[in-house]
Amino acid sequence: MVQSRSLINESGKRSDGRIIDELREVRIKVGIIRNADGSALIEFGKNKIIAAVYGPREVHPKHMAQSDRCVIRCRYHMSPFSTDTRKSPAPSRRETEISKVIREALEPALILEDYPRAAIDVFIEVLQADGGSRCAGITAASVALADAGINMRDMVSACAAGKVDDKIVIDINDTEDKEGKADMPVAYMPNLKKITLLQLDGELSPTEFNTCLDEAIRGCLKVYEIQRSSLMEKYFGNEKGLKE
Amino acid sequence: MSLSKKSTIIVENLRKKQMRESISAGKRLDERSLDETRSLEIELDVIKKANGSAWVKLGNTEVVAGVKVETGEPFEGLENSGALIITAEVLPIASPHIEPGPPDEETIELARVVDRGVRESEMLDLSKLVLIPGKIVYTIFVDCSVLNVDGNLLDATSYAVVSALASCKLPVFEIKDDKVIDTGKTQEPPITTIPVSVTTVKIGDNLLLDPNAEEEACMDARLTITTNSKGSIVAMQKGLKGYFTLDEVKGTADKARIKGEEIRLKLREWIGTGK
Repeated sequence: MVQSRSLINESGKRSDGRIIDELREVRIKVGIIRNADGSALIEFGKNKIIAAVYGPREVHPKHMAQSDRCVIRCRYHMSPFSTDTRKSPAPSRRETEISKVIREALEPALILEDYPRAAIDVFIEVLQADGGSRCAGITAASVALADAGINMRDMVSACAAGKVDDKIVIDINDTEDKEGKADMPVAYMPNLKKITLLQLDGELSPTEFNTCLDEAIRGCLKVYEIQRSSLMEKYFGNEKGLKE
Repeated sequence: MSLSKKSTIIVENLRKKQMRESISAGKRLDERSLDETRSLEIELDVIKKANGSAWVKLGNTEVVAGVKVETGEPFEGLENSGALIITAEVLPIASPHIEPGPPDEETIELARVVDRGVRESEMLDLSKLVLIPGKIVYTIFVDCSVLNVDGNLLDATSYAVVSALASCKLPVFEIKDDKVIDTGKTQEPPITTIPVSVTTVKIGDNLLLDPNAEEEACMDARLTITTNSKGSIVAMQKGLKGYFTLDEVKGTADKARIKGEEIRLKLREWIGTGK
């Protein structure tokens, strides 16, 4: 990637005023879709994403059912008004791919053997996109799955790290995604210490890659705390809740 | 090919009977009277990337609408008008009965009926949205996403479209050397009237306003009437296999006008104070 202008100034501030290891403001609200079995609205910087979970429920068409485990279906979709230029509502190839990697990022955390012949549907709707929407989507979906009471081994928390100018930064925003040198989204099970999603766009040296991965996981751990407190807020009241 | 719906909310016969009895006694199962609509809440400007947006809650039905403004060619036969395109989608997050995929006939009807009300009322003066007559005009998209389904999507979606349009800021485009330039400035949209859609449904011989999902599962017929600020009727759509008598239609139209004015005042309040 060619970088034309400097995205980090002399005092170490990024284009949106953050320092290199600072997350954007994150807010998660649990249970906002009444009809869903579990749901969450995440505001991750300017991202505004709803994840809703339906299931476990019967599988249609029937032949998709597995006799020993549950099937997971995942749809990541962007609303036409979510981006700078209007996006056609028809699913794009990008959305198809992201739907797949999100499903694969969530599956390891779910105890699917507990629900044979059933399906769990995870719908992620991006109402407003701001870079890092797949990570925010995974984070919200994981909270929604927990809210739905699905048996899980761990949460899945996601955060991207990347290279901007010559520095490794966490939680890449839209500008840094488009103009920065590398973007690496990571999803992580914080208690089991397992990585469930890893993608990379751009060039990193081996040392940079290691730093980048470490930083992304540190970001995931910060995200995990927010996921936890959002669930605590819904189920145990406000004492450990979000700051408004 | 049009088929009856496969998956829908199931209401037990006993509950249906209870509902019919209660309604004929003038009271609904959620304690509303027959002419009472559910609470309406609107949040404007929820989508910063859109030129205008509104998140509408009508009872438990939730819809978000976003306005995106571009330039393009005018529609054929409408060379001196801007283009207005209204779409609606019921997202799979909105209910256990919705599956992802191309819109079904009910969703297509939803988008078209909402579009009809806004278009026929001439809410937006499209003649003011022309850059080069016959060649380049403003193209205004209003896309709606239904987030939670609990009946009366028609009215909730219509309110979302109207609020998003009325509160949007249009970019100012100029033509320089045959090219469209975004000046970075914004302007108020050319609003002429506030159309309000009011849906009445028939259960047995009773007419009620603003049905919830459970009531919709029991309804025999539906009539959606859109009125403008002057109180004239600008669009209508009858739905489902039931019927209305002439008197019922006349009475419903009167009610739609009165209720419409009430809701128009509420919409004006939100649109006015939301800015």
